[in-house]
Amino acid sequence: MSLVDFSDPSTAGLLLGRIAAAAHALGTVRIMEVCGTHTMEIGRLGLRSLLPKNVELVSGPGCPVCVTSGAYLDAAATIALSKNFRIVTYGDMVRVPGLRTSLDEAKSNGAAIDVVTSPLQAVEIARRKPNEQVIFLAVGFETTAPASAKAVSIAKQEGIPNLSFFVSHKTVPPALSALVADKELAISGFLLPGHVSAVIGEKPYWPLAQQGLPAVITGFEPLDILSGITMVCDMLVHKRASVLNAYQRIVKREGNPRAVETVFRVFDVADAAWRGIGLIPGSGLALRQEFREYDASIRFGIPPDGGAADMPEACSCGDVLKGRLRPDACPLFGTSCTPEHPVGPCMVSSEGSCAAYFKYGA
Amino acid sequence: MCLAVPAKVISIEGSTATVDMMGNTTSADISLLENVTIGDYVLVHVGFAIQKYDEAEAKITLDLLQELAHTVDPHEPG
Repeated sequence: MSLVDFSDPSTAGLLLGRIAAAAHALGTVRIMEVCGTHTMEIGRLGLRSLLPKNVELVSGPGCPVCVTSGAYLDAAATIALSKNFRIVTYGDMVRVPGLRTSLDEAKSNGAAIDVVTSPLQAVEIARRKPNEQVIFLAVGFETTAPASAKAVSIAKQEGIPNLSFFVSHKTVPPALSALVADKELAISGFLLPGHVSAVIGEKPYWPLAQQGLPAVITGFEPLDILSGITMVCDMLVHKRASVLNAYQRIVKREGNPRAVETVFRVFDVADAAWRGIGLIPGSGLALRQEFREYDASIRFGIPPDGGAADMPEACSCGDVLKGRLRPDACPLFGTSCTPEHPVGPCMVSSEGSCAAYFKYGA
Repeated sequence: MCLAVPAKVISIEGSTATVDMMGNTTSADISLLENVTIGDYVLVHVGFAIQKYDEAEAKITLDLLQELAHTVDPHEPG
């Protein structure tokens, strides 16, 4: 078996021509690319400058680190400083500023913080350090939730008493429906996140089509992104709104049912606060009753996840995450806020829109 | 966090596979997938293979995409 190449420049040129032809028949088109990895790839390819003037790509809220609340980050940093506590987390989380502090700052003050690439490593660490309370920061979208669920299951099965989970998982489709409902954002269609879709499949996005928006599940290579844009534009021309899948080599119609089952054996659907956006009903995950003893917020009385207005002062990340403001239109962009000295989460994360614009330009 | 590349399965032991990810050898838990075999490409996220790569679908998509690129939509003005 081998991987098929989706980057042929001549086909890319033809697709750009198709998009231009469709754009003639359309007014202003605002397509939201939901996923931070799409934002990075679009920036790297310089795609925004190649599209017709009336077709705009708007970066969405698909940066899990950016939408994790400031209060949550502060709470994690605070508990990391407590004696005999150890925080285990993905690397992206460490530099993100909370409201008062960050994990990075806690670490420089002596906190025990381990960076891992999988929650299974948190299980290992807890086994190796029985005298410490090990807390895994269970964050991310549907791509990371199955892994968190597996780790929680192992903790319960093996009865690992010193391991718990500080949960702030979020789910993408309810957030997109909430953004569509905000008419001021005037979103015309979506490039849906390919790898979230690999887990959940097509059906959870159907409400978007019912709200009248075309949406295409899109992969991450140049031809994937261009075909996604072409298909959204074609649907707009024909006044159709469906969920289409342009990434069938990875995304099955039903997603990965085993992964979804794994998630819902451990988690229930819950409301969630998205940093800079606000509370979105049914857009998060909380540990089910039978796993509550592994919930760090219950075990240690950590305050529940924070609210909405929790960006650093003068930071426009909230409007950037909603697609209301282009990153380079923020007064702090590139001056007082840079990847070296970030003010807000969107400039820190490798998936943040501000970081993408800074790295590749608009 | 959502970035992933397909990794090639080199060997399997129980629910753990050794995979080649862009030249780096690493391990991945394959318990979220059915029927993973040596030589498959799988998409690995935070230590877990979450989906299999389907080469036949990739070729179909590329064909459809070429067709899309070469077709002028008849509903669009010239």
